[in-house]
Amino acid sequence: MSISAKLKPAFWDYQEGTGPFKHLFNFRRIWKLTVALTGVVTLMPLTFMAFIDYSVTRNAIKSENVLRMARVVSNTSSAISFFLGERKSAVDFITHENAFEDLKDPLRLAAILKNLQKAFSGFQDLGVIDSSGRQRTYVGPYELENIDYSNQAWFREVLGRGVYISDVFLGFRRVPHLVIVVKHDLPDGSFYLLRATIDTGQFSKLLSGLELGGHGDAFLVNRNGVLQTPSRFFGNVFKKIHLTLPEYSPNAQVFEDQSIKGVPLTVGYAYIANTPFILIIVKHTDELMKHWYQTRKKLLWFLLVSMATILLVILGVASYLVNKIYVADERRVMALHQVEYTNKLASIGRLAAGVAHEINNPLAIINEKAGLIRDIFTFKKEEVSDEKLIGLVDSILSSVERCGTITKRLLGFARHMDVSIQPIDLKEVIDEVLGFLGKEAEYRSITVDVEVADGIPKLRSDRGKLQQILLNLVNNAFQAMADGGHLRIKAYRYSADSVLIKVSDDGCGIPESDLKRIFEPFFSTKKKKGGTGLGLSITYGLVKKLGGKINVQSAVGKGTTFTIILPLKLQQKRGLAHASSVS
Amino acid sequence: MRVLLVDDERELVSTMAERLSFRGIDAEWACTCDDALKRVESTIFDLAVLDVKMPKMSGLELKRKLQAKCPGMKFIFMTGHGSKDDFEAGSAETGSEYYLVKPIRIEALIDKIKDACTK
Repeated sequence: MSISAKLKPAFWDYQEGTGPFKHLFNFRRIWKLTVALTGVVTLMPLTFMAFIDYSVTRNAIKSENVLRMARVVSNTSSAISFFLGERKSAVDFITHENAFEDLKDPLRLAAILKNLQKAFSGFQDLGVIDSSGRQRTYVGPYELENIDYSNQAWFREVLGRGVYISDVFLGFRRVPHLVIVVKHDLPDGSFYLLRATIDTGQFSKLLSGLELGGHGDAFLVNRNGVLQTPSRFFGNVFKKIHLTLPEYSPNAQVFEDQSIKGVPLTVGYAYIANTPFILIIVKHTDELMKHWYQTRKKLLWFLLVSMATILLVILGVASYLVNKIYVADERRVMALHQVEYTNKLASIGRLAAGVAHEINNPLAIINEKAGLIRDIFTFKKEEVSDEKLIGLVDSILSSVERCGTITKRLLGFARHMDVSIQPIDLKEVIDEVLGFLGKEAEYRSITVDVEVADGIPKLRSDRGKLQQILLNLVNNAFQAMADGGHLRIKAYRYSADSVLIKVSDDGCGIPESDLKRIFEPFFSTKKKKGGTGLGLSITYGLVKKLGGKINVQSAVGKGTTFTIILPLKLQQKRGLAHASSVS
Repeated sequence: MRVLLVDDERELVSTMAERLSFRGIDAEWACTCDDALKRVESTIFDLAVLDVKMPKMSGLELKRKLQAKCPGMKFIFMTGHGSKDDFEAGSAETGSEYYLVKPIRIEALIDKIKDACTK
């Protein structure tokens, strides 16, 4: 038997019969309703709570990541801002502490550069530019004296703002760098500029020192989105990044974007004040949310296991309870059937007894009148003896005798409705039962063999019940057999205190799947043909009442054998019959 | 041998009496218990064949009254309501082993009459 068949509750395959007594409920519908309602009221809050927990935890982790990212961006931008501010202040300080004439002296300027390089990292060179834009003095690794910067955009900008920090550019030296230019006004109304070149390698060092994880990236871009420092994933300096350039914000901000490949990214940025730089830190969102994914996995597992457990419990409890209702209702219907069956039998019994009694008197008159006609022809010499007439009268007499036998049998059957233990001749009971079905057997050419072993003592049992048992079994066999079938009834002594009766037919047989259920109430393969499914169930109950056992062997297409073992003596205690030896 | 047949079915007892006469048994019949009781006052009967169920008076009651009037009288009962088991139950009830279920074969009735009268 398959697992589904084992788990399937009894009511699942229940089908409404055609009898007058029906079940009160549609068990499948009750079961489905119970499962659905219980499922909804238990699983919905669980799912809702899990969803809330999911959202809250996810948002909390996400917020934490955003805050952490914003903090890193803020700290790093502060560090870069400080770096540049420090160097700008140093350059500005030099202009205030040194006269223009001193700064024009290359030796003095070289000494200042040397001191600067000692105090601050990143300074590459220094240049003094006069108001005409020509570089008057230059100290550094390149030959840049007398270069005219008057046409440069930064020159015009520094004149207006007084200070200038450039983008990273290659310039004449073909190496990425930036410049800090400070304007210093002279008492005579003219001015000069002190221009310092800063190595941008310092930025790269600063940014590479950040702990960004496997897929993290930190870099600077200018306001046009051009890389100012190399990026791990967006390319080298001067390459334009594909990320959407964020809007200006005085504080560090975090937003979500995605890479060209569609990978979700968390991007933190900060505009570095008074510089053209934007610090951008990029991390893969999945990496940031790694802890959330682990928590989410646990949460989902917990949810699934909880839901499965609840669902299993609901299914189990619903099946158990509906099955109990089904069994109770089945008992109720069976009780109604039993009552109806008993009432019907009692009514039939009363009717049969009444009919038999009423018929017996007219039968007796016919018998006597026909007998008299015969006597007249036999005894009165003056009457002509007509053989044909005598034959007709004999035929009437034999028919009357046959009718008499039938009415006596009906009366006998009707009387055994009540429980009474009496000595029973088994052969006689079998013959009586077959007497009822003799005509059907004859019409359908069914051969009936009865073999009752010699020496079976009289049973002390309930005659009526035994008649019903045998009648039900023989009826069943007749229904299973085709015309021309063969019915065998065999009885012999089974043990010292029991007797065995076998009723075998060569009918259609019972499938193995049905065999275990045939004694169950309402199990019928003939429900559509009006069978109640109670015949064998009642037979089973009657055999049990007589303290016996019944079993069945069957093969489809070959036939069925019912075997009954009955105790020779049925004992009755407090209205309940049971056997001392066999049951 | 004189036999009294008592049954509320006139057709039955009259025919039965005639048939017994054919077989050398002097049989008279009565359709009511009162008639039967009157008959025994004027005639001596060796045996009475009584229906168990009759209007006004049952066969058993009639038997008791007839016995009072004719102490040596034998009785056979017949009934339309019975079988072999009834025969056994009826015999125990009537105190008579002669209990026949209708319809009755005339030969069976004669056997019982002869049997009862020889005892």
